[in-house]
Amino acid sequence: MTHVSYSHIAAQFSERIRVATDAGTPLRLRGGGTKDWYGQSLNGEVFDTRAYAGVVSYEPTELVITARCGTPLAEIEALLAQHHQMLAFEPPRYGAASTIGGVVASALSGPRRASAGAVRDFVLGAVLMDGHGEALRFGGQVMKNVAGYDVSRLLAGSLGTLGLILEVSLKVLPVPVREASLRFEMSEIDALRHLNEWAGQPLPISASCWHQGVLTLRLSGAEAAVAAAQRKLGGAPLQDAAAFWTSLRDQTHSHFDGGALWRLSVPPAASAIILRGEQLIEWGGAQRWLKVEAADAEQVVGQAAGQAAGPAGGHAACQAGGQAGGQVTEQASGIRRTVAAAGGHATLFRGGDKNVGVFHPLASAVAKIHERLKQSFDPAGIFNPGRMY
Amino acid sequence: MNTATSTQSTPADVAARRAQVAAALLHVLPARAVLSEPEDTRPYECDGLAAYRQLPMIVVLPDSEEQVAAVLRVCREMNVPIVPRGAGTGLSGGAMPIADGVVLSTARLNRIVRMDAYSRTALVQPGVRNLAISEAAAQHGLYYAPDPSSQIACTIGGNVAENSGGVHCLKYGLTVHNVLRVRMVTMDGDVVELGGESLDAPGLDLLSVFIGSEGMLGIVTEVTVKLVPKPATARVIMASFNEVTAGCHAVAALIAAGIIPAGLEMMDQTSSRMVEPFVKAGYDTEAAAILLCEADGTVEEVEEEIARMSAVLNTAGASAIAVSQSEAERLKFWSGRKNAFPAAGRISPDYYCMDGTIPRKRLGQVLDGIAQMETKYGLRCANVFHAGDGNLHPLILFNANIPDEFERAEAFGAEILALCVEVGGTITGEHGVGIEKINSMCAQFAPAELDAFFSVKRAFDPAGLLNPDKAIPTLNRCAEFGKMRVSGGMLPFSHLPRF
Repeated sequence: MTHVSYSHIAAQFSERIRVATDAGTPLRLRGGGTKDWYGQSLNGEVFDTRAYAGVVSYEPTELVITARCGTPLAEIEALLAQHHQMLAFEPPRYGAASTIGGVVASALSGPRRASAGAVRDFVLGAVLMDGHGEALRFGGQVMKNVAGYDVSRLLAGSLGTLGLILEVSLKVLPVPVREASLRFEMSEIDALRHLNEWAGQPLPISASCWHQGVLTLRLSGAEAAVAAAQRKLGGAPLQDAAAFWTSLRDQTHSHFDGGALWRLSVPPAASAIILRGEQLIEWGGAQRWLKVEAADAEQVVGQAAGQAAGPAGGHAACQAGGQAGGQVTEQASGIRRTVAAAGGHATLFRGGDKNVGVFHPLASAVAKIHERLKQSFDPAGIFNPGRMY
Repeated sequence: MNTATSTQSTPADVAARRAQVAAALLHVLPARAVLSEPEDTRPYECDGLAAYRQLPMIVVLPDSEEQVAAVLRVCREMNVPIVPRGAGTGLSGGAMPIADGVVLSTARLNRIVRMDAYSRTALVQPGVRNLAISEAAAQHGLYYAPDPSSQIACTIGGNVAENSGGVHCLKYGLTVHNVLRVRMVTMDGDVVELGGESLDAPGLDLLSVFIGSEGMLGIVTEVTVKLVPKPATARVIMASFNEVTAGCHAVAALIAAGIIPAGLEMMDQTSSRMVEPFVKAGYDTEAAAILLCEADGTVEEVEEEIARMSAVLNTAGASAIAVSQSEAERLKFWSGRKNAFPAAGRISPDYYCMDGTIPRKRLGQVLDGIAQMETKYGLRCANVFHAGDGNLHPLILFNANIPDEFERAEAFGAEILALCVEVGGTITGEHGVGIEKINSMCAQFAPAELDAFFSVKRAFDPAGLLNPDKAIPTLNRCAEFGKMRVSGGMLPFSHLPRF
């Protein structure tokens, strides 16, 4: 490739954003577009970030990588692998085109999240281009940094609504010396109880999955630690474990096919959540994937109406009877009520009818802070309008 | 943000205002929770940065969320600034009072509300001490991981304000990685919950911006922390190096070998000679640098890791290596490092502790720079270094009774921080900006970035009454500081890339 002037590209981005703010033109920030299906709605002119690509610096011994937003995730992972390092939050790869900007903006984490941390836990710094086209540098490339508010972590999961994440610095970790996976036949209730009890003991559990009566665990760490945990826990060793965890990470596992996929984020200690549909449980109980087929949706209406918390809920269900849209809405609010009662929140992750609202409604005081932050970083409201709420 | 100044007030005005605000607060708080006489408010005039002192107008000690909300309502209606305060152990003046403001102490919000071993969480009020959480969790084999040196005294509310770390944070993370949920009251009077007991919350990650916000965005009333299993055992290696740079290379070699030590600390010779007579930790005072390198986990795991670490350290040229053979010996090895600050206080009437973070590979360059500054300012400096995460604590030794030594120490400190920024680091790794490093913020951030911080502040506190004038300098302030520091017609660090 010939020499690319990144400052020139950044200047072009800045100019385009300034013009859009002046004209009130909505922009749809987009990297590889592998997560176009995620979020509430897509609006605005496509703003392709991929021209601004490349690793700016990588210091294996400092455990930090800095890359421009359009850098392909695959390029970063290949580079880290050469030095036996990794992005420990294991971001899902929905396609080869996935960019690091999209990874941070969506803040989706994979199987290792419960033990290693989420995207936000590994963000050390970022450059944000705001609605004025101004590049703002927050955080840095060091592990400990409390100068100014931690705006860079705030960008993780912002879905591009605060501005264009131009560059990010991420903490990386060494690939574990040894990994082993174990399987246990176990009911959902028993699996949840064991996962919580084991999490309170010094065991090197780095991932877990319960699905259809089988609990799978991954152990990661020093040779001796993994061997000792295997002896303690028992279970049957899983062959071809890497492929299994990859299928969860990248959501190519059959559970992620078809139907409406809800992501239930709940306290790991929450007991079984009774909802119509099939569940796959990850993160030691903290992330539960509910797959609802169309047939489940019809039945759930009756159930939700029957167990509606108050007279208002029952009334709404009666009114909705017979109307497909009403059924879906009632089903969604039933899921949200149940998950909220368990101390969590529910996202209509993929598929289904987005009219029910993709993300869990915010408390009014929290929504007020959101609006003010949005207003200050993006005064004309041009960045990804409607993508989050 | 400078709404609350009283420079033109007469003593009678000041007394009248105090009486008026105290009366309003006494409507919502019991008498014992409102202090307004100078003999009662004196203990609150400074925090751990004792060089800066200011008597507050009033101190309040609420014991419930309702009382906190009521105090905020009174202060909002009467336009009184509030400075929140935990144990007052902070080192950057974040809890320094405002002359016509109220100090809100969390001392009576000190209950552990719930300790749940099954979910590995503790729900605590902000005035609970950091160590008290681990002590209460110990019966379940659990603990709260961040362990700032002041953990015996500092509170979880203060830890949330400063995003405190500790010597184990390379492996176990900072406050932001270990707090699940914060409940707080905003200056608007809203009770807001950020985060939750699930691993994420809907919407923007406001919890991560709240942690480390130095008490400027809301008053915390509850914190839910994550508890983790206590490792079965831990051992530490003490390695000597004939050159500081060799010690740095050894740290890089450990990381390159895929090892994340539980603790990784370095001390220079000035530090080891300072602490050895005091604690008799068995430090090699002939070595240019000492590295403490800890492994924790199961017995087998620790044995394996100690062997790997020892091999790397030997290859990296360690001149001597000792491995702790018992828990008592492990604590002895650590005692020198943990007592570096008290030891500085023993050999010098005063010391000034800095808190820059740098990319580790720049340590040699920064230590050389500090050595030159010792000559320039005529003061000694001992360096302790959280080698795993690049957080450097130079301890500038001085005597405040000698005219201009304090000023020289401050200038020395500011120059160290400027050097940290210049090599790609930051002015504060864990102590916070507070009032102490507010001018150095101008060296690290451009005007538009400081503006963005003020926007964040306004999103939570539009009236600007919560801990105003801390942490984020106004552009005017930076302009004045810039003028002060102009040399050869250049603004400081004008060569730094900002884009």
